[in-house]
Amino acid sequence: MNALKSEPFVLNIGPQHPSTHGVFRVKVTVDGERIIDAEMVMGYLHRSMEKLAEERTYTQNIPFTDRTDYLSSMSNNLGYCLAVEKLATIEVPDRGSAIRVIMAEFQRIASHCMAAGAFTNDTGAWQTPVMWAFREREKILDLFEMTCGARLTCNYMRIGGVAFDLPKEFEPHARKLVDTLPGFVDELEGLMSENEIFLARTRGVAVVPHELAANASLAGPMLRGSGIAWDIRKADPYCGYEKYDFDIPIGYQGDSFDRFIVRLEEMRQSVKIIKQALDGLPSGPHSTQVPLALRPPKGEAYARVEGPRGELGYYLVSDEGPSPYRFHIRPPSFINLSVLKQMTVGHSVADAIVALGSVDIVVGEIDR
Amino acid sequence: MSLLMLITDNWYDIRDLGNVSHEILYQLDRVLPYSLVYIIAALMGFVASFLIFVLPSQLFVGVLGERKIIGRMQSRYGPNRVGKFGLLQPIADAIKLIQKEALTPKAADKAVMYIAPIVFVAPAVLLFAVVPFGGHSVFADIPVSIVYFIAISGLPVLAAFIGGWSHANKYSLFGSMRIVAMTISYEVPLVLSLLSVVLITGTMRLGGHDGIDGIVQWQRDYHIWLIFLQPLAFLIYFFCVSAELNRTPTDIAEAESEIVAGYLTEYSGMKWGLFYGMDIGYALAAAAFASTVFLGGWSMFGLDRWIPSWLIIIAKTHLFYFIFIWTRGTLPRLRIDQLMTFAWKFLLPLSLANLLVIATEKVIWNKATDGNFDNFWVYIFAAVNILLSVAAVFIWARLLGYRPEATPKRPRLVNTASGYVPIPAPSREVR
Repeated sequence: MNALKSEPFVLNIGPQHPSTHGVFRVKVTVDGERIIDAEMVMGYLHRSMEKLAEERTYTQNIPFTDRTDYLSSMSNNLGYCLAVEKLATIEVPDRGSAIRVIMAEFQRIASHCMAAGAFTNDTGAWQTPVMWAFREREKILDLFEMTCGARLTCNYMRIGGVAFDLPKEFEPHARKLVDTLPGFVDELEGLMSENEIFLARTRGVAVVPHELAANASLAGPMLRGSGIAWDIRKADPYCGYEKYDFDIPIGYQGDSFDRFIVRLEEMRQSVKIIKQALDGLPSGPHSTQVPLALRPPKGEAYARVEGPRGELGYYLVSDEGPSPYRFHIRPPSFINLSVLKQMTVGHSVADAIVALGSVDIVVGEIDR
Repeated sequence: MSLLMLITDNWYDIRDLGNVSHEILYQLDRVLPYSLVYIIAALMGFVASFLIFVLPSQLFVGVLGERKIIGRMQSRYGPNRVGKFGLLQPIADAIKLIQKEALTPKAADKAVMYIAPIVFVAPAVLLFAVVPFGGHSVFADIPVSIVYFIAISGLPVLAAFIGGWSHANKYSLFGSMRIVAMTISYEVPLVLSLLSVVLITGTMRLGGHDGIDGIVQWQRDYHIWLIFLQPLAFLIYFFCVSAELNRTPTDIAEAESEIVAGYLTEYSGMKWGLFYGMDIGYALAAAAFASTVFLGGWSMFGLDRWIPSWLIIIAKTHLFYFIFIWTRGTLPRLRIDQLMTFAWKFLLPLSLANLLVIATEKVIWNKATDGNFDNFWVYIFAAVNILLSVAAVFIWARLLGYRPEATPKRPRLVNTASGYVPIPAPSREVR
């Protein structure tokens, strides 16, 4: 009896695919359902932001950062403004810093809502968790709209502080929201983490051992899921994060499930930080006066923040001109994605989708 | 007084639609040749079982109800724009689907691609022929209805396979291969679980009425539903049928987030619409079959004397269908190897064990009552079987290595950024 002849074939996952979270393409070679090779193809959303930024003034570049990682514009604004402030040695008033912390943490919750929802969608929970997560994210976006008029691309942070002071109605609304958010996290946890099918799909899938995580320079929930306690807010505090009491959640073995529960726990910790920041919100100016045509002294600066997806770094070089000589972003999605091949090879196609979902990529940030 | 008059077995007795159709055919038989009456009878059966039950159910329960209920589960409204409460939404959808261009890829095998939806639709209609809507209102009251039902419900897989194969699309190929592999695996425990039902009732006829043996009539005679007598068989049937119907959590053949739409990837327009509509048709047929076999069919502990039997079976079918909607709205999807493991390692041994237990009980029943089976033993068997099923499911899951408490559900918390934190040795405190 002759054995059936079989040969591997190439399957394009993306650029148009329901689970690639944008226009991203993975060229996988599969042997039946098992993946034997994976090649990432990116650049479909390239807008050359880094080069464009060299032609615009420092203030004009802030809206660009909104559009790199469009799910966490506040964190991106914050990282860029911190880099410029470091370059030009500008002091930020206390109230400005506290507002920045509140906004960045709200943005982290909103982004993790999206990440957790989209991830459960990738495992096949047909839209229900993602809609529930959107419901909560909507309330946070309402707060952003109340404060700065925009929901997605906020453009709220300014060099030297924030654009506007908080409106009167912000604080009661924010307090009401932080009271209800832990309940939502519990709900999502009950719905997904306690679900046997979800556990079967994510436990032990797409494992990133801690050595690989450290060697690949991963950051954020990807790194913490592998059991490495590393958080820029603790390791290199900015905006007065050293004043707030919060914990770093870390996973056990670095599988998809660990990354999911780390994100859920980070939402709880963010709520804790927001509560403290709201309680200790200092009075005073929200921003310092910065010349419109800012010309920082010659030099370079690198500022990093803990974005929702990990270490978000901005590198700026100034030649005393009105615009940066070089503008570079360290995008956490891009670097976290670099281990995708190790995560998927040897697994099935269905697991590759789970692996990709657990990285929580934003293609706008990968391609910039 | 006038109400009591209605529950005679005259033609105006609407408890059983068979009465009125019988009367019509009887009168026609006097004036028309036999062959014509035969055709009219077939048409009436089709109209009664398909147009009255299947189509409205499909449109308003399947399309609208499913979308509405899932919408509520997802904290949104669902369709509410076309007509009052969105009631006309299914019709608007159908018009849209008919208007849409049905694209055919250049490399596709065109003939096969056209045939597949037709092959998919026909069995869905055929399935309802044997579902009893009352003691006499069965379209085709054949003595081996169960075998007929199983045989016909295996056909759509062929359509899904050739449809997916014909596209020359890799995602479709994945979907076709998955659906074939899964159906073959799940057909085995499904048949075994139904076999235990046949064993205890001693008949393969679905319906039956006073004087004629049938599964529904058996459940009426002994005043017990088979779900209580054979809970394990019911569970196995439910899992298998949801796998064969491609409902979540086993919808791997059209897994949206993995292989786009599986075997439906290249279908568009009404060709896709036929697949979509008939998916609901099959789900309804399976629900009707399950409520007939396990939930007492058109009988309701004597209530069927007062309530029209077709209303009872329709209500039961839709309640069962609600479970399908519910799982679709809440559960994630399993992977194909996990599904195969589940079928071969979990469902198959359990269904064999169930068969053994039922066979033993049948012998005991026969010996203990000297061949005249009485009610008393059925209730004892029901109690024993419920306990045995629960025990079997738990013990077998444990034996296969299911350890829920070994999985930590919460991350560890540390307060300083200190690099790698080794995993502590497993202790009883770790939840």
